[in-house]
Amino acid sequence: MKKLILTGCFVLMGATALFAQKYMTRTGKITFDATSKKSPEKIVGVNNEVANILDAQSGDIIFQVLIKSFKFESELMQEHFNENYMESDKYPKAEFKGNITNHADINFSKDGTYNVNVTGKLTIHNVTNDVTVPGTITVKGKTATAKTQFSVLLKDYKVVVPSLVADKVNTTATITLESNLTQK
Amino acid sequence: MRKFFLLSISSLCLATASYAQMDSLMNMLDKGAPTKKDDVTATFKATRIINGSSVENLGAGVLDFRIDHRFGDINDSKNFWGIDNAETKLALDYGITKWLMVGIGHSVFDKEDDGFLKAKILKQEKHGMPITLSYNGAISVQTTPAPVLPSGDTWKFSNRLYYTNQLLIARKFNDWLSLQLMPTIVHYNLIDSTKFSNNTIALGVGGRIKVSKRIAITGEYFYRLTNANLLYSGQTTYNSLSIGVDIETGGHVFQLMLSNSQGLTERTFIGQTTDSWTKGNIHLGFNISRVFTIVKPKEFRNSGTSW
Repeated sequence: MKKLILTGCFVLMGATALFAQKYMTRTGKITFDATSKKSPEKIVGVNNEVANILDAQSGDIIFQVLIKSFKFESELMQEHFNENYMESDKYPKAEFKGNITNHADINFSKDGTYNVNVTGKLTIHNVTNDVTVPGTITVKGKTATAKTQFSVLLKDYKVVVPSLVADKVNTTATITLESNLTQK
Repeated sequence: MRKFFLLSISSLCLATASYAQMDSLMNMLDKGAPTKKDDVTATFKATRIINGSSVENLGAGVLDFRIDHRFGDINDSKNFWGIDNAETKLALDYGITKWLMVGIGHSVFDKEDDGFLKAKILKQEKHGMPITLSYNGAISVQTTPAPVLPSGDTWKFSNRLYYTNQLLIARKFNDWLSLQLMPTIVHYNLIDSTKFSNNTIALGVGGRIKVSKRIAITGEYFYRLTNANLLYSGQTTYNSLSIGVDIETGGHVFQLMLSNSQGLTERTFIGQTTDSWTKGNIHLGFNISRVFTIVKPKEFRNSGTSW
């Protein structure tokens, strides 16, 4: 009896490891747009170095991004973003750790686009908030493409926009994400 | 009892497996992540500390239009405390790559045209290189009419030329303190008297203290190691000392300063400053800089213009 339970336990653990298909990339793309309606210039940052990993079995999903890897059209804007808003020397990373709540609906062995709901913790500027966002996962062969778009309130992450630039920088930022993951 | 023990072991196994999952995902992400050198950025707010160059370069493809303005002596009541006889320099700087920038300018003072090149040689890193090192080289030509000369003498074009060679050694010590050393040689093709050297060697020291995210106090002093007694147009010269404030607004940096130098090229403010703080001959001035992105970063190539 004892042997059986122990064996069963190890088999189960082994099986978890065996069937836990992981999908990963380091070249996901995040764009954020905080352009105010009246602004003459676009307040848009692009980051093509998003690290993203997805566990197909548990639905766990992690995104990580270095703030300094965000590129802006204007060099000065990029410096202000790092120095004045995100304080990237102190807080170099932004991160999302969460779970695809309906991951059971995704058939990773069948090509197709699946609507998903992701819930988890989003950390920006050293402030963590619980977020739930809708998105899609498109399975094609051994790749999975995750896409989502959502908005964040800058003040939720203690990012302060001074009144001087209030007509340029919006109080919310629209975040668009596209991440092309390959099976590991 | 035995059963209970076994049950708890097996449940522990399961729990470990599921808790460990996030961590193992995290480990997979961290493992093999490209190691990035953590460059120290924004040692200074602008490409000039006050009069002299800082180690900051313009980004690649960025054009900077500058208006540098220095009023006359603040104690000159006849000229509305300096407002009436100001000197101005208009300049265009351009970043060719992120480590190389060039610029041209025209100063009202002596109708001087100048060109410079600034190259970053070493870059300060968070864990590694302790300093940023740049080279700054400038050449300028005075275009005022030739003076009346004794007959037989000629006024050669080379008489109007000046050269500056400078190393900029800077360190950002922390969030709020940056310091810079500037060993400099200014070469004058023509000087007031043969008893002076054509080269003025000076050691400059500059720095900034950030008082808020958008405001910094700056200071700059050039100590002449040679030619300290140089005369300029017959006048005594002094070491250049300036204090200023950097104010950052959205698209530009506004610099306000007090200085005993009114000239705006290295050869004038380092070697030919004829005013002195102790005599109250101080100049109020400002630099305005507006940047334009001419060549967009590759991530933005296929959208509309930026300005």
